[in-house]
Amino acid sequence: MNWFFEFPKWFDIDAEIIDRAVRNFAVFASGPLNAVKTGLNAMVNFINLILDHIPWPLLILLVVFLGWRSGKKLRHGIVYGTLLFLIGAAGLWPLMNVTLSVVLASVFWALLLGVPIGILMSGSDRANNVMRPILDTMQTMPVFVYLIPALLLFGTGNASGVIATVIYAIVPVIRLTSLGIRQVDKEVVEAAVSFGSTRWQTLKKVQIPQAMPTIMTGVNQTLMMAMAMVVTTSMIGVRGLGMEVLNAVNRIEIGRGLIAGTSVVILAVILDRLAQSVTPDQNKQDSEDGGTE
Amino acid sequence: MRNSETVILKMKHVCKVYGRNRAEAEKMMRDGADKAEVYRKTGCTVALWDINLEIPRGKIFVIIGLSGSGKSTAIRCINRLTEPTGGQIIYNGRDVNEMNAQELLMLRRHNMSMVFQSFGLMSHRNILENVAYGLEVKGVPKEEREEQALKYIAMVGLEGLEQQSCDQLSGGMKQRVGIARALTSESEILLMDEPFSALDPLVRRDMQFELLKIQHKLKKTIVFITHDVDEAFKMGDTVCIMKGGKVIQVGTPEELMVNPATPYVSRFLDTADKTKVMTVSNIMITPSSMVRISDSIDWALREMRKNNLSSVVVIDNDMRLCGFLNIHEALQARKDRKSILGSLTTDVRTVSPDALVSEVIPMASTANLPIAVVDEYNTLLGLVTKSTILASM
Repeated sequence: MNWFFEFPKWFDIDAEIIDRAVRNFAVFASGPLNAVKTGLNAMVNFINLILDHIPWPLLILLVVFLGWRSGKKLRHGIVYGTLLFLIGAAGLWPLMNVTLSVVLASVFWALLLGVPIGILMSGSDRANNVMRPILDTMQTMPVFVYLIPALLLFGTGNASGVIATVIYAIVPVIRLTSLGIRQVDKEVVEAAVSFGSTRWQTLKKVQIPQAMPTIMTGVNQTLMMAMAMVVTTSMIGVRGLGMEVLNAVNRIEIGRGLIAGTSVVILAVILDRLAQSVTPDQNKQDSEDGGTE
Repeated sequence: MRNSETVILKMKHVCKVYGRNRAEAEKMMRDGADKAEVYRKTGCTVALWDINLEIPRGKIFVIIGLSGSGKSTAIRCINRLTEPTGGQIIYNGRDVNEMNAQELLMLRRHNMSMVFQSFGLMSHRNILENVAYGLEVKGVPKEEREEQALKYIAMVGLEGLEQQSCDQLSGGMKQRVGIARALTSESEILLMDEPFSALDPLVRRDMQFELLKIQHKLKKTIVFITHDVDEAFKMGDTVCIMKGGKVIQVGTPEELMVNPATPYVSRFLDTADKTKVMTVSNIMITPSSMVRISDSIDWALREMRKNNLSSVVVIDNDMRLCGFLNIHEALQARKDRKSILGSLTTDVRTVSPDALVSEVIPMASTANLPIAVVDEYNTLLGLVTKSTILASM
């Protein structure tokens, strides 16, 4: 009766086969993989270059101004500006720019891919059924599991970091875009169709504008999740505030870790508030263009 | 049969069956099974079955039924917001059901517009942009479409509000926007899916009046869905009653009232105020006795006595109404040896047979004599008494 209590092992999964497959793929597809890597690195470096060339007082003033406009109160802008000033004052300004450029590049790609996927899922039940388990996997698979293949395929550095961040952060914008469009009042969509809108016109003139608040919530969530990946991606060689935290942890330097960690939080809060302020005010939106199909 | 000039839209054997096992369900329906049985055996829902309708040009065609009767599905099949699973929808000699995507788009842009129960307004657009939407998707330049939109905004009484957001409007105002939006496309056919059902009764009455006013001006072909019998009879030139995905009866309000095809129809119509639909010709009675003006008083008195009447209607030789003869007057006349002509009551109230019963009620309540129903030559057709009116209600 021993077999009754010990689970019978029926087959061996040869983990090495998977390792080899990934490695072989890395060699086989090295051309395109390298192109992606070079492209992503160039993009991150370009953003970083721009950020480095913005004089710091200007950036702080910009944050103050945007904070003021979003919260309708000058006080908010001043708080954000002061917090940003504190990051710089702690000597972390260049690191912050590095982190910001990786995050912005990741969010850019997450939105560029995520919004169309979300639209596709909203319009097709089949796409929805295919994508949902994939999205569930992306959200629950431990990040480290795909950090390693990313490392194998794209090497250490920003490119791997951007790809890992996109995989992790793209899910909310996909889900909420799809949800937002599906939740648009059925009669409003019917009205658009009944007046002879093409599918593209219905989408552009009615569904997306109506779903905008939900989509923007998704964008905001994606941004926040990208920020949450800052420390994790430092393990595959992304520099910036995350690397600072990682180094501090490795050396058990609590103070240094706390300062860098706080900077990440401040950055996240500022990005969050500013992103929320971009959400279009529904009633003031204009439809300027007309005669296009 | 109506001739084809006056019929703008024909639905022939239109069906809509939901579910996988459609062929089986359709076969069962053809063999006369009912909806519930088909659902039990095949899992298919029959939303519409064999709808045959002829929608007259320039008139209001009302489809009435309880929820689940398929009326909303039927109207959505006309512009294929819902794809019918069978049958033809003939418009301008073309089968809408056969149209390809491009033709369907053109049909929706140029020939049919729709008004929705919960308005279907786009909350991210202001009133003007909502109303101009149909022209916008057609590709009409901004200036031109706004000019046209403003014209119809004024027609529904929303002048000056065109820049307002739709969220701030009351239900009635929202539906005015919905109607203006449908009118702005200047299409021939207006499909209205329970347009006033979401409004409170007072506003609803205003809107009905408003729509009738607009219809008087524009003479559109309107297909109007409602579940309210009074509304159906008020708005409809023709009314179609649906039940369980089938058409039960089509006719003018009066035809339905007078000759309900099934007990269901009469029960359904029971809730309506019949006096607003029925004409006098439906309730008038033929007098049990008549006296000619040339008859003698004695003859007249005998007639009254025989039929137990206190007064009798008097006509001439061509059946034209002369007046009433009261029994007291008649007795007096016999004593005084006068003729009928001399003792006649001539200030008799008359109505035409096409008058609505509701119009006669105030007249009848103050009259002592029966009301005479006469045609334009004053020929006597019948009588209406207080008791006949009461019996009709």
